[in-house]
Amino acid sequence: MKYIDPHVHMVSRTTDDYQRMALAGCIAITEPAFWAGFDRSSAQGFFDYYRQLTEYEPRRAALFGIQHFTWLCINPKEADDPGFAREVIALIPDFLKCDNVLGIGEIGLNKNTKNEKIILEEQIALAEKHNQLILVHTPHLEDKRKGTRLIMDALSASQIDPGRILIDHVEEHTVAEVLDRGFWAGMTLYPDTKMTPQRATDVIEMYGSERIWMNSAGDWGCSDPLAVPKARIEMSRRGHQMSLIDKVTLDNPRTFLSQSEKFVLKAE
Amino acid sequence: MAETGFSCPQTREQVINMYFLEHRAKLLDVAAFLDRLDRARPTASNVDFREAALNEAVRILVDGQPQRAKRILALLSDSTTEIPQSAHGMKGASGAVRVNSGGAS
Repeated sequence: MKYIDPHVHMVSRTTDDYQRMALAGCIAITEPAFWAGFDRSSAQGFFDYYRQLTEYEPRRAALFGIQHFTWLCINPKEADDPGFAREVIALIPDFLKCDNVLGIGEIGLNKNTKNEKIILEEQIALAEKHNQLILVHTPHLEDKRKGTRLIMDALSASQIDPGRILIDHVEEHTVAEVLDRGFWAGMTLYPDTKMTPQRATDVIEMYGSERIWMNSAGDWGCSDPLAVPKARIEMSRRGHQMSLIDKVTLDNPRTFLSQSEKFVLKAE
Repeated sequence: MAETGFSCPQTREQVINMYFLEHRAKLLDVAAFLDRLDRARPTASNVDFREAALNEAVRILVDGQPQRAKRILALLSDSTTEIPQSAHGMKGASGAVRVNSGGAS
């Protein structure tokens, strides 16, 4: 059994988690830049974080045969101060040259503010200028549907092919609109604020398996870096074919991510 | 993008066999939570908007109509169109909106 976890924040996880993921069949992960649980006090803090994502984590993952890829941005929670955000964004172009950087992410909205939207649009423009893939964070809880629609409108105003954009953290009330507008959709298997493996499997049954993937988004909160293999088990015990299970946990991530020439799996 | 009918590979009996105990326990958790609320001293004259939203959501559970999860999420969603300038001073997400604020639409 092989799978890809296309959204997991390994900087917040222990080396034991890499080992457990490898034992469960994980062959590659992608790690978007995100909020660290506290607001960083300077752009230099992001410079160090980007070095961690592009230099240190790939080596730690490789110890267990897992390929590590990443996405860079200023996350929406720290993007409400446009001046500060622009200082951080100015650091990104140099890092886009790194071998494991697949694109810009996870950009999006947090509290659906004008300031966040300004920085979202500037990072969309950055992706467009450098021909990068985009990974999108959508707000949690009551803010999700409104935020998802605002984000999709901002993305549609660019010239970027929606097939090169994945909108993550979809739930039952947002997945159809995301797919209908041509974007890829990600389901995050997270205990409190997002989806369970059972609900994610329900969504596959209701909306199909095209342009959709599952991820753990494991981070510093109550989360589970083995959520994707647990979803595979959930699909299997319901009687779904292994080809479908592989499609949403291995083939679809590979198809989307391979739009970046940097995403080449060594295990195949 | 529409739902497809009978897309679960299991029969109804198989679904019940596999999931009944798990969801029986979750239902009892909700029941016990509502009982706990009844036993707790009120601190305001009005019902908390989250409690009101939960009560509305429970009605969806038993209305016999499809897409319950999607409709409950819609009920609990912000349906306003205003966009504030900044998040400064805003509280974190609460998971519900006041039912009369448009969230139920």
